[in-house]
Amino acid sequence: MDNADTIFALSSGAPPAAIAVVRISGPKAFAVTQALAGPLPPPRRASLRTLSDQNGLVLDQALVLVFPGPMTATGEDLAELHLHGGKAVVRGIESALLATSEVRRAEAGEFTRRAFANGRIDLNEAEGLADLLSAETEWQRRAAVHMAGGAFSKAVEQWREAILSLSAAVEALLDFSDEDDVSAENNLYITDRCIALHGVITHYLKLPAAEKLREGLRVVIAGPPNSGKSTLLNALVSREAAIVSDIAGTTRDLIDVPVAFGGIAFVLTDTAGLRGVTEDVIEGIGIQRAEAAIEQADILLWLGAEGCSPLHPHMFEIAAKSDDFTSASKSAAAITLSAKTGFGISDLILHLTDAAQVLLPPPDSFAINARQRALLFDTAQSISQASVAADPLVVAEELRQARLALDVLTGRASTEDMLDTLFGRFCIGK
Amino acid sequence: MGFDIIVIGGGHAGVEAAAVAARMGARVALVSFSRDTIGAMSCNPAIGGLGKGHLVKEVDAFDGLIAQAADDAAIHYRMLNASKGAAVQGPRIQADRSRFRASIHRQIAATPNLVIIEGEAAALRFAKGGDRIIAGLDLTDGSVIDAKAVILATGTFLGGKLFRGEERLTGGRIDENSALVLAKQVRAAGLPMARLKTGTPPRLDGRTIDWAKLEAQPSDNGDWTMSAMTKRRRLPQLFCAMTRTNMQTHAIIRSGLDRSPLFGGAIQGQGPRYCPSIEDKIFRFGDREGHQVFLEPEGLDSHLIYPNGISTSLPTDIQLAMIRSMPGLSSAEMIVPGYAVEYDYIDPRALDRTLAVRGFEGLYCAGQINGTTGYEEAAAQGLVAGMGAAAKILGRDFPALDRSNSYIAVMVDDLVLHGVTEPYRMLTARAEYRLRLRADNAGTRLTPLAIAAGAVCSVRRDAFERRSEQKTALRMVLNTEVGAEALVAAGAEVKRDSGKMPLFDWLRFPTLSIDMLVSVSNGDVSRGTQAWPTDIMAELEQDGRYAPYVERQASELRDLAANEKIALPVGLNYAAIAGLSNEMVEKLDSARPETLAAAGRIRGITPAALATILVHAKRAAVHRRAA
Repeated sequence: MDNADTIFALSSGAPPAAIAVVRISGPKAFAVTQALAGPLPPPRRASLRTLSDQNGLVLDQALVLVFPGPMTATGEDLAELHLHGGKAVVRGIESALLATSEVRRAEAGEFTRRAFANGRIDLNEAEGLADLLSAETEWQRRAAVHMAGGAFSKAVEQWREAILSLSAAVEALLDFSDEDDVSAENNLYITDRCIALHGVITHYLKLPAAEKLREGLRVVIAGPPNSGKSTLLNALVSREAAIVSDIAGTTRDLIDVPVAFGGIAFVLTDTAGLRGVTEDVIEGIGIQRAEAAIEQADILLWLGAEGCSPLHPHMFEIAAKSDDFTSASKSAAAITLSAKTGFGISDLILHLTDAAQVLLPPPDSFAINARQRALLFDTAQSISQASVAADPLVVAEELRQARLALDVLTGRASTEDMLDTLFGRFCIGK
Repeated sequence: MGFDIIVIGGGHAGVEAAAVAARMGARVALVSFSRDTIGAMSCNPAIGGLGKGHLVKEVDAFDGLIAQAADDAAIHYRMLNASKGAAVQGPRIQADRSRFRASIHRQIAATPNLVIIEGEAAALRFAKGGDRIIAGLDLTDGSVIDAKAVILATGTFLGGKLFRGEERLTGGRIDENSALVLAKQVRAAGLPMARLKTGTPPRLDGRTIDWAKLEAQPSDNGDWTMSAMTKRRRLPQLFCAMTRTNMQTHAIIRSGLDRSPLFGGAIQGQGPRYCPSIEDKIFRFGDREGHQVFLEPEGLDSHLIYPNGISTSLPTDIQLAMIRSMPGLSSAEMIVPGYAVEYDYIDPRALDRTLAVRGFEGLYCAGQINGTTGYEEAAAQGLVAGMGAAAKILGRDFPALDRSNSYIAVMVDDLVLHGVTEPYRMLTARAEYRLRLRADNAGTRLTPLAIAAGAVCSVRRDAFERRSEQKTALRMVLNTEVGAEALVAAGAEVKRDSGKMPLFDWLRFPTLSIDMLVSVSNGDVSRGTQAWPTDIMAELEQDGRYAPYVERQASELRDLAANEKIALPVGLNYAAIAGLSNEMVEKLDSARPETLAAAGRIRGITPAALATILVHAKRAAVHRRAA
């Protein structure tokens, strides 16, 4: 991949649609746009142009915008063609662009990569943007918008400043202990401030992971054999995803079905019925897998006897088969439903979306992905170590490690920043 | 006259540069205005301190002069941060000025291959047909010295200007000439230059101070010395004392601010934030009720007292009133008033890691001329430039100094990559790997490199090797595995169920001393009850204390080493690399980092930018190979 190439891609959704936006980025972006559209409009001004191919065949009437680099989304010269969103129109423009031999199709994510490589966005923002592009549900989109807007970077910046200030206090103690402006008072609050900062970062670490938004909350349906688990799954997804029979042990492996309720992604998992003893080796393995799935579940739907479910923080007692009077009923707290008649299914979905409010990152906040989580975990760990260490040298080293982890997140070097903080706060010097 | 190397300037940088080059076998001329001022301490009569003590010990590990001169002149020893971990302990001594200078003269005289030439440098000589290849030096008296390399160690003497109230003087130190001619030529050579400011306090007559009113600070009662080669302290020890400024002092200073060259705009150069003038302190931290002032004796045979903490360029009358407002100083006499110096420095980003000026052959800069402050920083740079020039001429490798093995390299790396915006002073906070860079293990870290470079005399080499053998032997003893039970039996406070591990690993518990651990092991090892030298015991004890943290840095150091191996071409055209901001291009162009690791240390260079630079450097290498 070479940034000297000029690239293009259909940047809006798949046609047909009302409009289709084709973006062209790179050193030849303006030249090829001119080849198609004639004289270019002034920068950042939308103008109507007739687009035609090399042979003068008119392709479309379109809005044309040009953005001169480097102050553009990709940091390069960038052109946008707002076309009528028909499949043939888009295909025609793409062919005309390729016919110039000056441009090639962009690879997946290449616009973002260029924005990142050209310093237009930092790593966190790049990751947010990637999530935005692959956002499939409304919630994913909102969280991704937040990350791309730099909310996470802002929070990291605040933590970084807090750590810099702590480092400055410790370093003042180490390098300027003979200065009377640097008194023991500076040391007093280091521990308390470390504990407070650790609390804040840990709070974010406890927030649901960004991946949950994309991958969906895991809802595991569990219970003894023949309790109606597969029937419930099929009712929830409105199709025959799982084989249903009256024979106990029909479901032997995990069955995952992705589904969206109220704009939130879920993965429903049907499991083998739990029973203590089985002669069947394969069913035995299925039961082990079911137990593992329950452990990893975000939400557990329990179809067994009331109060007998495995321990789980988000467990719903389900009184299934409400149409069957021979089936045991549960107390009022349970969700009563009939998968056969559909009674209570919408009630259950409501419970699931309610639970998601707690389990998913709030839509007005940002979600932290695995890479960011690992670095923040290291940061929090070091700060926690710093809060218990008695030796200021060790405190300083732990805080340095914390800064190092945050610097990987934001891509900055901090020793000089720490010294700025130090000299700004203390009157130092003899 | 023909030499290999000419060193201009006989300050702390110049003498170390000249001495190390001569020790390595180069023929060296040390050019100074006057023989007398060689080895003079122009400001604070102290050597060492936090971070600075490390530098002194490191220069000593290369068999340098400063530590032995400090011991020869020490009239007060103090270990700063004595209550904290060894990595940040800073040995500092008060020096008798005349004895310090005498020691430097003695050591220079005893160095073979080293000649002192009294004279004023007039102009650099360049080789015929190569206007950037050094060929020697012209002196103002018309004489010519031939040499392959010149080391500029001219301190504040390049374009120096003195300020005191409304007074202006030309010169570096009071009563000395400023090397104006040379300054003009250095400017003409196109070296990037700017101005910095420093200052010095007034000197007082100790006989007019009421010492009884002041809190005394005695020399510590330890037996440590600055140099590994000094066996014991020699001179009688003097007291320092402390006084403070007060609200009245501050009012007097404020009344004179309008006559201060600092605030009147006469001084343009940036002064150090960690060593501000007293008027700066009052101005910037107006809420403080007082600032401490240390009264430091200048020598055994001198009445001069150096009031540390009130560097100033206020008019003389204000200085005297300010001094007399402080406790114990109500009738103090001022012998020399304080003043500020503004001087030229060369942007050290024009230098490489041996302090050679890029684009020239054989031109080096060391010391205050590179924008640093302090004797220790100067001495360490003198060592680097002297070794750099000698290694080049003698065809040897420059010692492998890096941020993980020395403060010297931390300083040089900071200077050549970041440049300076204020006079640069060493701080332990600048060293990321300071847990391994202790003052007490400087010899262990660096003397092997010094021996390999040929910078160490045989006496020190033999002493070092003997010590290394003993240290290895004691380290073997520390491999002995001992169980918690045995330690409890010896009175140590450890949990009985802590298991069994080598003595060295037990050292990570701060309550277990190496003396105790070694005594526990004595039954098991053949060396029996041999008494180990205390300095070796102390060094290994500290090695063990911080071993877990040092180990944790291993992966960081591996990354560093990997990126240090990726050399960046000197002629890399950063402006042509897509995606680097103008600010990044400017910084990279000025610093010309030699490796990818160095580029990554430049402020504002992001990992993304580094990746781009790496790709570009690799592509450039491929093109060159293809061409």
